[in-house]
Amino acid sequence: MKFLAYLVSGISLGSIYAIIALGYTMVYGIAKMLNFAHGDVIMVGGYVSYLAAANLGLPALPSVLIAMVVCTILGITIEALAYRPLRAAPSLAVLITAIGVSYLLQNLALLIWGANPKAYTPVVSGTLQLFDGQLSISYVSILTVACCVVIMVALTLFTGKTRMGKAMRACSEDKGAAQLMGINVNRTISLTFAIGSALAAIAGALLCSFSPALMPTTGSMPGIKAFTAAVFGGIGSIPGAFLGGILLGVIEALARAYISTQLSNSIVFAVLIIILLVRPAGLLGKHTQEKV
Amino acid sequence: MMLKAENLNVYYGPIHAVKGVSFEVSEGEIVTLIGANGAGKSTTLKTVSGLMRSRGGAVEFMDRSIASTAPHKIVELGIAHVPEGRRIFTAMTVEENLDMGAFTAKGTNIDADKERVFEQFPRLKERRKQIAGTLSGGEQQMLAMGRALMSKPKLLMLDEPSMGLAPILVEQVFDIISALHKAGTTILLVEQNAEMALSIADRAYVMETGRITLSGTGKELAASEEVQKAYLGG
Repeated sequence: MKFLAYLVSGISLGSIYAIIALGYTMVYGIAKMLNFAHGDVIMVGGYVSYLAAANLGLPALPSVLIAMVVCTILGITIEALAYRPLRAAPSLAVLITAIGVSYLLQNLALLIWGANPKAYTPVVSGTLQLFDGQLSISYVSILTVACCVVIMVALTLFTGKTRMGKAMRACSEDKGAAQLMGINVNRTISLTFAIGSALAAIAGALLCSFSPALMPTTGSMPGIKAFTAAVFGGIGSIPGAFLGGILLGVIEALARAYISTQLSNSIVFAVLIIILLVRPAGLLGKHTQEKV
Repeated sequence: MMLKAENLNVYYGPIHAVKGVSFEVSEGEIVTLIGANGAGKSTTLKTVSGLMRSRGGAVEFMDRSIASTAPHKIVELGIAHVPEGRRIFTAMTVEENLDMGAFTAKGTNIDADKERVFEQFPRLKERRKQIAGTLSGGEQQMLAMGRALMSKPKLLMLDEPSMGLAPILVEQVFDIISALHKAGTTILLVEQNAEMALSIADRAYVMETGRITLSGTGKELAASEEVQKAYLGG
């Protein structure tokens, strides 16, 4: 029964990683860049939903919706100001800029909201008792997994069925050819950042509901782990991000429970290294195909 | 004049790839740009579709300057460019590729347009659900052309449609180009296969190391001694 409890907590933690990883993977798939500021957008999402609830007295849902709007605008702005001018620049320049944006967001948060942790009120409270109370699952866990599944299905349908979703896939494969189809590549990239950032806001609220101490650095570690999850599953692949996130969460939870709390992060990254040695493109990643 | 390019100068970094090129395409014509590999033919097409920019000079389409118009807007104006190497979306299905070709055709009847393309290319209809990357080279070329036709272009630009195809497929591709022309599409064709290109072209330009060195009707150039020697193995 204990194992089941660890597994459940791993899956729900993994669901958060998966939601964040989806943002990484979509942006990578289309803009071919690693947006290292993504984790800090999560933190901003956490603060905005915290402030909406604490200062305006709003219920959880509207608070998160406000955070989604703010993060969407933030994501589009970051892309337009920091990344778009570097579209033709070497990828290293873009990577360094992304790290710069990450520190900028963290320090702005420090300036505006201070270093003291804020106590985040979980978006839902209470637990579900199963098997005569032997297994308790918090409603936050259930909500997190549900959110993750809904988001995953919605994104799959969006990229598979809709005109803009297909345009995203076209841009991801060949931007030049996409332009020749009449697709506005810049707008498509903006849309990708908008979706990724809105998801980051949801992830921020869920993350802070699990570990309620909200600080300017709150997004860093989950951001890096979600990035790991995206690589793990195969960067650029939406189901890969989902699978990578969940697996990472489960490995982390089980390692923490059965091996060592201190070493859990090291174990997670060690597993990543081993998987990448065996499958360099990640679990569901495709090796770049030769063009005929 | 449907398309008018004047004094195009295009650079790749320090390399001056297109040097003062001017040409015209009138409505209803097939015009071909022939020349050896690296002569600047593809770059010239890319400059018309906005993927490359000319330093100075002018590009006008239907009496409107498009020299600084964004590529996706140029498609909306009615120019479709089938790029060198086809550049189909290999991870998408045949049908999805056609959907992308119709990206600018919001609100119109995309299904009817698809049927029209399928009539032209029956092979694509058979393979509509297949992943485009698994098609043969000839089928991929058909898909690239069908995809471009989905935007109902006024001007269709084809870059080396015969490249890498077996002779029988080359003939098939040229038959289709002739058919499209007869159906009223204006065509600008870039080819290394000078013989085939000149046989269907109303007018032709010969490019050499970034410059246009000869121009005339298809027949004139096919009969010209210089072209015979350099491109037709005569």
